Amino acid sequence: MASVTRVERPTQPPAGGSGYRRFMRTWEGQIWVLPFLIRFLLFYAGPFVYSFILGMGQWDIVGKYAFVGLSNYIELVSNDQVFARAVVNTLVYSAAHVLGTVFLGLLAALLLNEKVRAVSVFRTIFYLPSITPGVATAIIWISLLHPQGIINSVLLWMGVPRADLPTWFNSTTWAMPALIVMSLWNIGTIMIILLAGLQSVPQHLYEAASVDGANWRHRLRHVTLPMLTPSLFFVLIVGVIGSMQTFSSALVTTNGGPANSTMLVLLWLYRQGFDFYQMGYAAAIAWVLFVVIMIFTLAQFWLARRWVYYESGSVL
Amino acid sequence: MRGGAAVTTLTTSVQTIRKPVPLAVRSGRVLKTVLTYLALLLGCVIYIFPFFWMVTTSLKTVANIYLDPPQWIPAPAVWANYVEMWKVGKTGNWLINSTVVTGVSVVAITASSTVVAYGFSRFRWPGSRVQFVLLLSTLMLPGHMTIIPKYVMFNQVGWLDTLWPLIVPTLFGAPFFIFLLRQFFQTLPRELDEAARMDGASSFYVLTRVLMPLSIPALSTVAALTFVSSWTDFFEPLVYLGRPESQTWQVGLFWFRTFTTGGSGYSAGGTEASDPSNTMHLLMGASVVSITPMVIAFFLAQKQFIQGVALTGIKG
Repeated sequence: MASVTRVERPTQPPAGGSGYRRFMRTWEGQIWVLPFLIRFLLFYAGPFVYSFILGMGQWDIVGKYAFVGLSNYIELVSNDQVFARAVVNTLVYSAAHVLGTVFLGLLAALLLNEKVRAVSVFRTIFYLPSITPGVATAIIWISLLHPQGIINSVLLWMGVPRADLPTWFNSTTWAMPALIVMSLWNIGTIMIILLAGLQSVPQHLYEAASVDGANWRHRLRHVTLPMLTPSLFFVLIVGVIGSMQTFSSALVTTNGGPANSTMLVLLWLYRQGFDFYQMGYAAAIAWVLFVVIMIFTLAQFWLARRWVYYESGSVL
Repeated sequence: MRGGAAVTTLTTSVQTIRKPVPLAVRSGRVLKTVLTYLALLLGCVIYIFPFFWMVTTSLKTVANIYLDPPQWIPAPAVWANYVEMWKVGKTGNWLINSTVVTGVSVVAITASSTVVAYGFSRFRWPGSRVQFVLLLSTLMLPGHMTIIPKYVMFNQVGWLDTLWPLIVPTLFGAPFFIFLLRQFFQTLPRELDEAARMDGASSFYVLTRVLMPLSIPALSTVAALTFVSSWTDFFEPLVYLGRPESQTWQVGLFWFRTFTTGGSGYSAGGTEASDPSNTMHLLMGASVVSITPMVIAFFLAQKQFIQGVALTGIKG
């Protein structure tokens, strides 16, 4: 290819030409991109604006829309006990899920990076839960965490007294931990991203560290982890955004119960919208969640300046 | 930098030759390898166990599901459970609906995203930069933000309880894959396009005969990730599809878990989840059906998945 001499394109007709050609010369790209533009207007921008209008009103779909200003938001923030509970639960779940999965995913990636044999077998086993449909995952874990289920059998065998066995999804104390334990099964995506990050750490850094007498702990602390911070930052951002929108696992296992101990924000949105048909109120919940997610994401970008190391010396 | 690396490699190898590795260091290395494998094996046993439990439970009699001590291998193995599972609901419809939605999505999303990505990659027109920024902004919009307005919209056009809300948007490209493919097209040299154009090729020819054959890895990654996300999709089908015969497999599975479990299902207020002990073997069988396509897809296209995830970091 390189040997081909670049020639000025003779295909460009001189200025003028037919109207169609002139039009295509300027706008052909727009025609290719038209599908996206339609999708953007119909399924992103339109609904986005519409949800803002909905959030300012009261509407049960069948009746008439009534404009109520900010009262949905005022009700949510000042009066809705379940929503307050859902916000706290979502933050607890999100923190535990993100820290837990990133820790386990990092551990798996570090182990797989140790030039082990049959990497692809191990990788497959750790990854498969990530492409398991959420409803199936929840059903499997309902069974595993049943009061007479296999996990309690193992706890019994390990010496936990029968009276102290947790009843997991059936108990107000243990339902949230059960939800978190279940979510720790999904480390595959994080593991693969971190493994790719680990494999891109330049080998000469390790060699230089070894020459300076660094043992594996030094290498981990001063070479591997600093070089991995961009990947870690990425999985944290994606993890927080995703876990704040957790829905199906809580819906299928407990539906928010017992006594709202696993009520999450999106579950409350779903119930307001599709059980009670409070479209305005549900749209308002969506907006509050959106703002919370934005704040957490921006805060992470701000904090990133202190701990994420970019070789090129710039943040993103 | 390069020279430095070469020098360090040289010094290390020289040192290795001069001083044989002390026994303590060597046995330390062996110990480290052994511990690595032990940790990986333990992790794998834990992560694969839920799958094992799902398959064995699906073959057990009801009485044998929660035994103490647990029954590891189903005895008797009741294959008729799968026949019984098939009769619990509109399983035939669920399977057909899921297959249709997934099949259409894979073809339509891959094709339409390619078209739009080509436009963004190879053309400039007034507004092209703005539209690319819009594309990026849709990636940051959480999915829950638009669910309420979209439900209202689909209700107004009479598309609820049909597959149209799941199919129509796929015809207009998926923003994430547009971005991914656009980035890939950027890596293909423009000289290829220009050479074809000098021979009088149309834009369509350039895309389909020049660029796409070179993009098979990226296109198959998009197809594989679409296959998973479309088959496992739950939130949107759940919201749009109320009638059992219009549901997809995932929604049907949830419906089955909720309303056919020992009679009660969710209590009147819709707040407490029931204990599906009586039908757990059937639910596990339905979960096996829901997971099998994912496992097959993964083994057929393992490379595409791993590359795609490392590249993009989305959950399948």
